[in-house]
Amino acid sequence: MKSILIEGVSKSYTEGVLALDEVSLELPENSFTCLLGPSGCGKSTLLNMIAGFVEPTTGRILVDGQEVTRAGADRGVVFQEYALFPWRTAIENVEFGPMIQGLPRVERRTVARRYLSLVGLAEHETKYPRELSGGMKQRVAIARVLANHPSVLLMDEPFGALDAQTREVMQEELLRIWGEDKKTVVFVTHSISESIFLADRIVVMATRPGTIKEIVDVTMPHPRDRSSAAFVSLEREIKRLVREEVAKLGVT
Amino acid sequence: MEAEAVRQPRATVTVAASPAKATERGVSRRGLSRSTILGLRVVSLVLFFVIWWGVSLLNAHVLKVFNPILLPAPDEVLRTGITMAASGELAKHILASLSRVLWGFGIAAALGIVTGTALGRSRLLEHLVEPMLEMLRPIPPLAFLPMMVLWFGIGEASKVAFIAYAAFFPIFTTTIEGIKYVDPVLLRAAASLGASERQIFWHVVLPAATPSIITGLRLAFGLSFFVIVAAEFIAADSGLGFLINDARTFFLVSNMLLGAAVIGVIGVLANVLLRKLEGRLLRWRGEARGQA
Repeated sequence: MKSILIEGVSKSYTEGVLALDEVSLELPENSFTCLLGPSGCGKSTLLNMIAGFVEPTTGRILVDGQEVTRAGADRGVVFQEYALFPWRTAIENVEFGPMIQGLPRVERRTVARRYLSLVGLAEHETKYPRELSGGMKQRVAIARVLANHPSVLLMDEPFGALDAQTREVMQEELLRIWGEDKKTVVFVTHSISESIFLADRIVVMATRPGTIKEIVDVTMPHPRDRSSAAFVSLEREIKRLVREEVAKLGVT
Repeated sequence: MEAEAVRQPRATVTVAASPAKATERGVSRRGLSRSTILGLRVVSLVLFFVIWWGVSLLNAHVLKVFNPILLPAPDEVLRTGITMAASGELAKHILASLSRVLWGFGIAAALGIVTGTALGRSRLLEHLVEPMLEMLRPIPPLAFLPMMVLWFGIGEASKVAFIAYAAFFPIFTTTIEGIKYVDPVLLRAAASLGASERQIFWHVVLPAATPSIITGLRLAFGLSFFVIVAAEFIAADSGLGFLINDARTFFLVSNMLLGAAVIGVIGVLANVLLRKLEGRLLRWRGEARGQA
């Protein structure tokens, strides 16, 4: 079953710059897709269009058969900047979606508590975002999205601001959480190794204008060993694809 | 080979140990201890009164620069205060001033927050109304005081209106800023969690603007006290400003200083109270601010 259908989507900004050119893509339900490419390939634009933050200039996007016209609770978004509400404690942040849906106080607390423990933060529920580390903040943000039961999880370089060690732990955590609560995931990253570690399918994007350069299916079973021969050779192959695009930008 | 050996088992890495906030207890900047700071602050206050006393005594008995009744010593002012407090006169003046300030400030807060929010939300309104207010803002409120008396009479209304006018601007300005500059990623996050425009306003925009609005309220409250004295100079039969101005007519310098001192004390107390309230409302921002 198709979860996300992207049909001939283009985006041009007012200055006539074509950010995305006729991109079409089908993402099956509960698949894990990484959009990979250098900055300026339109990967975040594409994600923002699925989220409903940005309107496509031409083409359309369907999520579960419904055309996307604006942001909605069926598509949860995890941002690189965490985007936690600083005046709400960890648990109050997770409660936000259920509160919006009108769930009674006691019930939404129960739901929030369940998702906070799913991400391993049960003991930190009364802390404010400023009291949490980057990794913890992103865990809260993931719990907040999942507590809202979206059918699609959109992640825009979610671990980009984390240090290397935390980043690897968070990738493993994400796979564990995804295993327990299956969703269709679209994950934007510029890290090749991150995309190979996580994704079923890697969409390598070309720049100027943004198009799909190549789709790479990753069939290695989880957990994936970053030092295995298959991993390393796939990494090398994708690196070559991405390098061509970086070279096109004329910056090194 | 070596690279392999260095690699550590990842399972032992626990993510995100609680962030180490390096706040050194008991020691503040420049290495002064808390008790030293407190001591210095007390000495500063004591020193103030000693200097006042000294100058007053020196003038009365040694230098004789001007008539001693023009510079009474602190103990005389205190005695005047006790007499006036006992007769109930002081309380009457304090209450008169306070009620004007509270009314004027209350009206300013309501108007400032409502118009600030409306203008912060609507580009159209902003461009329609802001130039008007920007034109008025640089004019010192005092310039309008005589007119206020003509328009609203010599009763309470003119004073309340004057305070409301003066206190309006800081609240209005900080509210617009707060409402306009909410982090856009928070708005996106709320929208993707299913919040409607209305819910976003109440649950995201308003709380995000609160620190800014509170700053405006605090500034405005200080300003209210600042202008009440001037308003009571012009036309009043009660209030701390009246107390000072009335005493001038009779060379009662002790009364004048008493009026000023009481205003100072009320100002300090009000500020402490507002800081407390701010600390409570903005608990999420931490205790780093607002200790003074």
